[in-house]
Amino acid sequence: MMRSEPRALQLNEHGQLKHFLTLDGLDKTILTEILDRAESFLSMGEQSVKKVPLLRGKTVVNLFFENSTRTRTTFELAAKRLSADVINLNIETSATSKGESLLDTLKNLEAMQSDMFIVRHSDSGAAHFIAEHCTPNVAIINAGDGRHAHPTQAMLDMLTIRRHKGGFEGLKIAIVGDILHSRVARSQLQALTTLGVSDVRLVGPKTLVPSFFAEMGATICHDLEAGLKDVDVVVMLRLQKERMKGGLLPSESEFYRLYGLTEETLAWAKPDAIVMHPGPINRGVEISSEVADGKHSVILNQVTNGIAVRMAVMSMAMSGQLQSAESSVAGDDK
Amino acid sequence: MKLRIQNGRLIDPSQGIDAVTELFVDNQKIVAIGDAPEGFDDAEVVDASGQWVLPGLVDLAVSLREPGLTQKGNIATEGRAAVAGGVTTLVCAPDTRPIVDTPAVAALIQDKADDAGMANVFPLGALTQGLEGAQLSNMVALTDAGCVALSNHRHPMASTKVLVRALEYAATHDLLVVFHPDETSLSEGGCAHEGLVSTMHGLPGIPEEAETIALMRDLLLVQKTGVRAHFARLSCAKSVEMIADAKASGLDVTADVAVHNLLLNDQVLNRFDGHYHVLPPLRSDEDRLTLIEGIKAGVITAICSDHQPHEKMAKIAPFAATEPGMANIEILLPLAMQLTDEGDLDFLTLLTCLTSGPAACFGLEAGSLSVGSFADFILFDSTARWTWSSENRKTKGHNSPYLGEEFVGRVMATYISGQRVYQVV
Amino acid sequence: MKLDLERSLAAMREQLASYCEKKKIEDAIVVGIHTGGVWVAEHLMSAVPTTEPLATLDITFYRDDFTKAGLNPKVNQTLLPAIEDRHVILVDDVLMSGRTIRAAMNEIFDFGRPASITLAILYDLGQHELPIAADIVGEQLTLNPDQRVKLTGPQPLGFSVINTD
Repeated sequence: MMRSEPRALQLNEHGQLKHFLTLDGLDKTILTEILDRAESFLSMGEQSVKKVPLLRGKTVVNLFFENSTRTRTTFELAAKRLSADVINLNIETSATSKGESLLDTLKNLEAMQSDMFIVRHSDSGAAHFIAEHCTPNVAIINAGDGRHAHPTQAMLDMLTIRRHKGGFEGLKIAIVGDILHSRVARSQLQALTTLGVSDVRLVGPKTLVPSFFAEMGATICHDLEAGLKDVDVVVMLRLQKERMKGGLLPSESEFYRLYGLTEETLAWAKPDAIVMHPGPINRGVEISSEVADGKHSVILNQVTNGIAVRMAVMSMAMSGQLQSAESSVAGDDK
Repeated sequence: MKLRIQNGRLIDPSQGIDAVTELFVDNQKIVAIGDAPEGFDDAEVVDASGQWVLPGLVDLAVSLREPGLTQKGNIATEGRAAVAGGVTTLVCAPDTRPIVDTPAVAALIQDKADDAGMANVFPLGALTQGLEGAQLSNMVALTDAGCVALSNHRHPMASTKVLVRALEYAATHDLLVVFHPDETSLSEGGCAHEGLVSTMHGLPGIPEEAETIALMRDLLLVQKTGVRAHFARLSCAKSVEMIADAKASGLDVTADVAVHNLLLNDQVLNRFDGHYHVLPPLRSDEDRLTLIEGIKAGVITAICSDHQPHEKMAKIAPFAATEPGMANIEILLPLAMQLTDEGDLDFLTLLTCLTSGPAACFGLEAGSLSVGSFADFILFDSTARWTWSSENRKTKGHNSPYLGEEFVGRVMATYISGQRVYQVV
Repeated sequence: MKLDLERSLAAMREQLASYCEKKKIEDAIVVGIHTGGVWVAEHLMSAVPTTEPLATLDITFYRDDFTKAGLNPKVNQTLLPAIEDRHVILVDDVLMSGRTIRAAMNEIFDFGRPASITLAILYDLGQHELPIAADIVGEQLTLNPDQRVKLTGPQPLGFSVINTD
């Protein structure tokens, strides 16, 4: 009955990715491989022909239990650039029969002989659950599960950082805003720690930055100036409007006053600091329009990098699945 | 019918006995220990060589799922699971459908239990009608119908005022109230102990204050109203301190803990395995160790299985979407004995908390092999190695992380009122 | 076994020049397949009547054994000019099964429809598995099953036959 840990679940017997569920347990070598591969797809994106036949004949299902047009679109584009056939499914879940409908949906999709599920779900661990209950040979890519993980977003952020900063050693990075509910922040923190960044600051009020994050290798700052002081990278998180209701914050304006990124507050960071945001942006809530559109902002680069990272992860997981299925020896290809 | 149980090692903490001796049963009751009374020459002999003769276990927290939730379990299946686990007396939860808020439902459960001929079953009555926390139940009628105590289970009260009234009313009639301390505004939406593990894995947390704030309020109201009180399923270190302080200040309260809260901590959640989704949640190791200290110190005097069988689908979902609870009654004793393996607890203390301890909490005549008691006892092979599996399980529930695991120590036979109701074949 | 690389390259240049003349190929695009093909192609540029710089092709994403062998961790950049109606001289170091050339041609056709493709190979090892043959061959080699051609480069470029066990 014992379930395997995510880290064991997502690697095949050769130590290659066969699912992509979380960054927890993935070492620097694999993360670097993802980034390197994404770079090669990125250069491909600059060509007139943006499509390669890697996943030709494969069926990729975008299985979104939580609606997100942006993330779904980038996965769709990535899959299409790999020549896969893509189906988009948006599934509304009723709170009462979540488990049943999820499993039933899976069984149906399996019967359609899909090769890869891109999964987004509001429950932490949902991608892991699906990976465990799916037939073998279907690769599961986590496109965000509850508050747990959003590994492709974190990796596209890592690619963005590497392309702008050349590497990770010695960087100072601030992640600002609603850390509590953020799967992006959790995955970023894991990626940064694994890639060798020792100064990661989580910035926000106590209601949004639980103290337990300090035990995960981050420094907690409740003051924006201390958090942004001399950083190389500022990551602003999206503030969901419903956070005001639960008493986590008094108002948007008070949050903006204390933690909003403006040209004035950005001046605390290094002069060449880059500003990132997983999107969609709430202008005037967590970030000013001047900064979002300004010279420090790499927000649109993130989107471009996102397609390349997703192509990288999808091709790696597909290859890992197929090699797990048939461990055959490759002949000389000449 | 007369029974003579020979050659076994008889251990009964209620009498301070631990010796190889003989147990004599006549007309459903224990009539002697040691030397044979007259007229036992033709008694049926049970050879308990190499086995321990123990009082039948008393379990204060069992969900039988009947009436209404029979896809998860029923009185016959869960009764069989209970005796297979050596439990001869159990208290069942009021959260059936319909809820145990009328004498008819209480009577139905007991009738079905009698028909099943398995463990002695004592229902808990609902403290409020429909467990809705608003209108008091017919507490006296429920008690007359066999309810051993009243509880609102884990359902919240509409207001503290209703709670005070309910306690005052119960106190008027000297009824026992069972508290599941939980401030629902803090625990709502949570599925795991609020700590590093839940934070890392993004599982919505239940802070320990959800339990301790409610516990402090409840203790104050117990003191004010003078109601007889039992606190169920403690999970936090601070709760142990608070119960200890209350007892020290002269408040006559008792407390129990679920066996899994003594064995497991929140580290097991890193697999997102819904089998570890329980309420109250598995907490930190510090909490776990303090609960064990609470048992050693006599603050907590009962260990229960908190048996909550579920159908398979209930656990096949992402962690937070699974239904909480484990179904471990069949392995209660070998599972609890893992605590003695680690040297955390001595066996006598452990056995007390599984027999006379819980019986005393609820004033039940059970959990003892004293002369004059009903002959509820078990034969236990402390060295038997066996695997509890989906195939040989008796419970209807599919939900235990321990299914498929090997255990040392097995209940070989269970007797209730001198009748053998279970035996390993 | 040491191979006479210079002699083979010289043979290729000679064949290439006369081939282009005979076929009236002008302003061809020389495409080297990463990695060895690019190195070989650099040595052929002088023999080809063209003003175009050397183009490069990485066929990693077009391989037919991706599901078996996995992805090559290092992918080089494909740098192709507009290829529509142009003569392409495709260069690789070794021709064995022909699968690399198949992948390379697929990739080229994704970029456009060339007027022609000429295949120039340094060492043709035979053992073809596809109906693909080279137009220009530096040297025909026959290897034992346990032998492989090993290349070193780019400066100095060197090829040798090694035994694998």
